[in-house]
Amino acid sequence: MTETLLEVRGLTKHFKLDNDIVSRIAGKTRTLKAVDGIDFFIKRGETLGLVGESGCGKSTTARLITRLVEPSEGEVMFKGENLLNYNRSEMQEVRKAVQLVFQDPYSSLNPRKTIMQILSRPLEVHNLAKSWSEKRRRVLELLGLVGLGEEHADRYPHEFSGGQRQRIAIARALAVSPELIIGDEPVSALDVSIQAQILNLFRDLQEQFSLTYLFIAHDLSVIRHISDRVAVMYVGKIVEAGDVADIFEQPKHPYTKALLEAVPEADPDKPPPHLVLKGEVATPIDPPPGCRLCARCPLADDYCAEVAPELKDDGTGHYVACHKV
Amino acid sequence: MSDNVLELDDLTIRFKLKRGDLTAVNGVSFGVKRGETFGLVGESGSGKTVTARSIMRLVPMPPGEILKGRVLFEGESVYDKSDNEMREMRGKKVAMVFQEPMSALNPVFTVGSQIGDALRTNLGMSKQEADERVVELLSLVGIPSPASRLDSYVHEFSGGMRQRVMLAMALSCDPTFLIADEPTTALDVTIQATILELIESMIDRFGMSLIFITHNLGVVAHACDTIGVMYASHIVELASKQEIFKNPQHPYTQGLLNSIPRLDHQSKYLTPIKGLVCNMMNPPTGCKFHPRCDHAMDVCRQEIPQMKEVAPGHFAACHLHN
Repeated sequence: MTETLLEVRGLTKHFKLDNDIVSRIAGKTRTLKAVDGIDFFIKRGETLGLVGESGCGKSTTARLITRLVEPSEGEVMFKGENLLNYNRSEMQEVRKAVQLVFQDPYSSLNPRKTIMQILSRPLEVHNLAKSWSEKRRRVLELLGLVGLGEEHADRYPHEFSGGQRQRIAIARALAVSPELIIGDEPVSALDVSIQAQILNLFRDLQEQFSLTYLFIAHDLSVIRHISDRVAVMYVGKIVEAGDVADIFEQPKHPYTKALLEAVPEADPDKPPPHLVLKGEVATPIDPPPGCRLCARCPLADDYCAEVAPELKDDGTGHYVACHKV
Repeated sequence: MSDNVLELDDLTIRFKLKRGDLTAVNGVSFGVKRGETFGLVGESGSGKTVTARSIMRLVPMPPGEILKGRVLFEGESVYDKSDNEMREMRGKKVAMVFQEPMSALNPVFTVGSQIGDALRTNLGMSKQEADERVVELLSLVGIPSPASRLDSYVHEFSGGMRQRVMLAMALSCDPTFLIADEPTTALDVTIQATILELIESMIDRFGMSLIFITHNLGVVAHACDTIGVMYASHIVELASKQEIFKNPQHPYTQGLLNSIPRLDHQSKYLTPIKGLVCNMMNPPTGCKFHPRCDHAMDVCRQEIPQMKEVAPGHFAACHLHN
C-alpha cells in the first residue's frame, strides 16, 4: 500500500471583501469563497491533476498547501502531520520537501540575477552547500538535469526563451531535493512544441527522483496526459475526482461532462466543441446555498438549489458531488 | 480570373529595428474564397498576426516595410488605396476581432457609444438609429437583455461577453470579410466553445469569409476549411483541413501534430519537436526549420524550399518533396 503523502481535509479560504465599494455601500461584508471546503489526497509517486476554469480556486489551493496564503479552515496533512500547526522554522523545513513551479517563467525568475545566483539561492537558504565549489557543482548538475548546460550558468533570464526559463524554474524547485512539486499551470504559457518537451521533462524527473506532483492546469488534454488521478474544480469546490481514465472516459458530474464536450480536439473527424451548460460561470462571492452549478445544469431541480452535494466515493475511488448521480 | 476575395501574393514584410532587420513575413501567398474559412496556425512569433494586420494596413510603417509582394482585396491592391478608400474598406468590407477584448475595446466609453460610433461614421446613422441597431447587434451575438446593456462599460462584462461585444462591433457594418486574431485564446474552454459556435453561425448566416488565426490546433480542426501552417515567417504547408490533419507533408506540421497531448489516445511520453524556435533576428540559412528537422539534408541548409503541390490542392515547402 503506497503511503499518502499529502492529504487535504476541508481546506477553505474565504476572503473578506470588507473594504470594497459594494460592501461599503451595502453596509455589510461580502465573502469571496475562493476555496470552499475541499478534500483530496495524493499518494507518494503519483501525479494528481487539478483542473478547472479561471477563478475556480486552483491556484489558491496551491498557495494554501504551501501556506503562501493562510487557509481559513481545514487541514493540510503532509506525511501525517498538519502543516497548519507548524511554526515558521518548521515550515521552513517543509519547504525543502514541497516546491512550487509557477505559470509565468518571465515573472518567477529575478531579472537581475544570473542563473547561477538563482539556482544557488535555495542551496544557501537551506544550507545545502558547504563551499562555493560545491554550490557551483550542484548548480551545474541541476542545469544538466533539466537539459541546459554549463554555458547557461552565467547568463540572465532575459537571454532565455520561455521554455528554457521554465526549465530553470524546474531546476530551482529541484535544488532542495523535494518530495512534492506543485506545478501551477507550468506549461500554459508555452507553445505546443515546447510544452511537449517540458511535459516529458516532468515525466523523466518524476521517474528519476520518485517525485510526487500536484499538477494544476486548465488544459484538459495536458491533464489527461500527465495525471494518474484527476480532481475537477468548479467555483471553489471539487465536483469530481478519480482515476484519470474514469474521469475522461466515464465522467459522471454534469460539469465534467460539459468541460470534456467543450474541448476542441485536433481531429476534424471528432465532433465539434459544444457547450451544454447555460449562462456563465457562477460567482464565488457570497454564493447561494446548494450546488454551485445548479443555475447552469440541465439536470438541476429545487433540491440542488437548496442543499450543496457532498463529494462521495462510489466505492471504486471515483468521487462525485452531485445529487443526480 | 481567380475567384478569391482576398489574395496575398509573395508578401514579404520587414521591420527595421535598432537591433537589426527582422523579416516577419516572408514570401507568404494564399487566397481566400468567398464564404471560405481560412485558418492560419503557428506558434508565437511565426508571423501570423503581422500577416493578418497587413491585410488591413495596420502594420506600422516605419518600422515595417513591404519588401515585395501585394495584398489584393476584391482584385484591388490594398497598398495602392488612398486613405479614404481604406476607410471604406475597414469596417464596412473587412472587420477584425482581436485576442484581448479588454485592450481592444475602449474602457471610457459605453458599449452602446463605441459600437454606435462605427455606425454613425461609416453608415451616417443618427444617434437613435444607431442605438436601435446596436441593440439588434448585441442580441444577435447573444448578450442577454441587450437594451439594458447599451450604457454599460466594458469592465462590467465578463471575458466571454466582451468577446461577444467585439464581435458585435465587427459585424456592425455588414462586412463581407472577417479577420479573427486568436479570438478565443484568452477564454476558458467552455466560453471558447460558445464563441466558436457563435462565429460559425455568423459566418453561415451572412456568407462571410473568415481568416482565423490561432495556435490551437484543436480550434482550427473544427473552425476552418483550409489551413496554412506558418513557421518562422513562412507558410510551410497549405491544404484542406482534412489533408493537414490526416496527411501532413511538412515535417513541422507532423511535429506539431505529434507534440500535442491527446484526449483519445495515451502514451507515456509525447513526441516534441527538438530544439527551440529560431531567433528571427538571426535566422538559419536555407529552410528555417532545418536545425529542428529530423530529415534535414545539405540542400536544406542552403536553399529556402519553395511551395510545391504535393497532392491536388495540397502545398508544402520542403526539399523532401523534390
